[in-house]
Amino acid sequence: MNVQAWTFTLVAISFALYIGVAVWSRANTTRDFYVAGKGVHPLSNGMATAADWMSAASFISMAGLIAFLGYDGSVYLMGWTGGYVLLALLLAPYLRKFGRYTVPDFVGARYYSHTARVVAVVCAIFISFTYVAGQMRGVGIVFSRFLEVPIEWGVAIGMAIVFFYAVLGGMKGITYTQVAQYCVLIFAYMVPAIFLSILITGNPVPQLGLGGADLVSGEYLLDRLDGLHEQLGFAAYTDGSKSTLDIFAITAALMVGTAGLPHVIIRFYTVPRVRDARISAGWALLFIAILYTTAPAVAVFARTNLLNTVSEQPYEAVPEWFTTWENTDLIAYEDHNGDGLIQFVGPDAIDDSGQPVQNELTIDRDIMVLANPEIAGLPAWVVGLVAAGGLAAALSTAAGLLLVVSSAISHDLLKGVFRPGISERGELVWARISAAFAVVLAGYLGINPPGFVAQVVAFAFGLAAASFFPAIILGIFSRRMNREGAIAGMISGIVFTAAYIIYFNYVNPAANTADNWFLGISPEGIGFVGMLINFVVAGIVSRSSAAPPEEVGRLVESIRVPKGSGPAHEVSA
Amino acid sequence: MTSPPSVRPGYWTANLRYLAILLSIWFLVSFGCGILFADALNGFRIPGTGFKAGFWFAQQGAIYAFLVLIFVYVRLMNRLDREYGVEEE
Repeated sequence: MNVQAWTFTLVAISFALYIGVAVWSRANTTRDFYVAGKGVHPLSNGMATAADWMSAASFISMAGLIAFLGYDGSVYLMGWTGGYVLLALLLAPYLRKFGRYTVPDFVGARYYSHTARVVAVVCAIFISFTYVAGQMRGVGIVFSRFLEVPIEWGVAIGMAIVFFYAVLGGMKGITYTQVAQYCVLIFAYMVPAIFLSILITGNPVPQLGLGGADLVSGEYLLDRLDGLHEQLGFAAYTDGSKSTLDIFAITAALMVGTAGLPHVIIRFYTVPRVRDARISAGWALLFIAILYTTAPAVAVFARTNLLNTVSEQPYEAVPEWFTTWENTDLIAYEDHNGDGLIQFVGPDAIDDSGQPVQNELTIDRDIMVLANPEIAGLPAWVVGLVAAGGLAAALSTAAGLLLVVSSAISHDLLKGVFRPGISERGELVWARISAAFAVVLAGYLGINPPGFVAQVVAFAFGLAAASFFPAIILGIFSRRMNREGAIAGMISGIVFTAAYIIYFNYVNPAANTADNWFLGISPEGIGFVGMLINFVVAGIVSRSSAAPPEEVGRLVESIRVPKGSGPAHEVSA
Repeated sequence: MTSPPSVRPGYWTANLRYLAILLSIWFLVSFGCGILFADALNGFRIPGTGFKAGFWFAQQGAIYAFLVLIFVYVRLMNRLDREYGVEEE
């Protein structure tokens, strides 16, 4: 069978599995729809959280980004894992004890205010939408490449699948579907990584192969890659080119953003007890770490293979994968010096006589993981498996995010603010209507993205870091924090962060250079500054306004102690 | 909302002390070894491997440390809960 036949087969099998699981665990009540009847085992919940969290960006893009960024790519590795420490230590157990359905529920109750709740709902919807648009785009790219359909059709097929199990299945369907998706995606990620590690270093564990010696030269792989980089005029792979402060700020924004993402936080309401919420964050990070410690190895293998395969090779003799990706316009070659060879070089490249050499090859970073098995000449079924894994990652995240959007609209806005008397059945109908609406809008954004996916995703993290994280932390750890402080903090954090990102990406993109940035912090990292602003404003405003009412003090006392958490399986009213 | 159970004083302080210690380590392995001191640490190697130490912390070590931190926290808190009699059934 060829690559396409394998892709069809493996994608079809994995989809049949997800749909089967979704139908098997179809939900009937509202509580099930949101939080799986509160009876999910912490291990399953950890796995589902991992699938929910690891999106198309983690699976398809991240290793490719690291392959091109080298040390600077560490911001994603540390940023997207370190947030789980904050989540486990500072948020998850207390929010589970609080025991309602959504993040705006907590914000609304802790700050005794509809305004605070509405601000939180708007943030949740905005964060989730920007994120889900990126996922739909990822689905579209995978389908259009491997099924050879236009990207619009790729997105449309993805919409149909997401609609089917997110809207009809609810959270319980999603939880177990996500467990299945985690298994598919991690298998699909590890198989080529292990193959490559054995081929290049002889060590079957990619994390160790990364620090091992190259089989051909006997030199350490990382030293060899640094040497190749120097020779070709790139910055050394193990050194960065971003400023230390920027690296610090981006890492912090991604960590704090992770801990503030509503679709991740809502997962910790699904376990039976507070202690399960704690351990569940640990399991989630374990399952995530398997991929995240493999990614830098995949990046180095891909980078080394790529340089060895294309550098100074005749264009006439390029392998088949090169031509296939050229057809999607994601690889482009231009023979500037007319020698028929591919010069793939960095900005500092010079030839033997000291003349600068022009780079002739542009490669889209997002294709590295998908193209890697082909570059290394791995069997066709491995290539198909990677496509199925990429789809699993994108779909699981999209479904989790859609659930947040639909619950924010039906539960937080309608029931919480505008129509408190709505019946459970009415709430469920509205949840499904808004999920359906969200799928369509997300699909539209996937076909016509408002910018590069990475920019949009950075926006989501910055907003989550600058809005939810301080409001929740202060709500738990400060008894004195009041309505006025929290609202002022959230609004100033969001407005500052959003204005900075919009200014540099959309209003004045020409000024988007380190010289013009505030303290040299890029828009990707500005959420960290937004978070600090939120904390400071909230502190000042709360000190100069009335203390919160007494029952809020009792609420804070209560969430700090595990005993007396809500029952595991609530019977629906 | 149920009224808060009466808890012996000290539970919350002990919790905060654990958090301070664990989060200091969290900061040290990631922002410290992986970013602020990465250049200095890159002068050393993880013995027997091709890893420069700063690079290793940034791309591998910090993640392993995060995992250990969460599981240590879970153990400490479960013990603390039992000590103060606030654990769930």
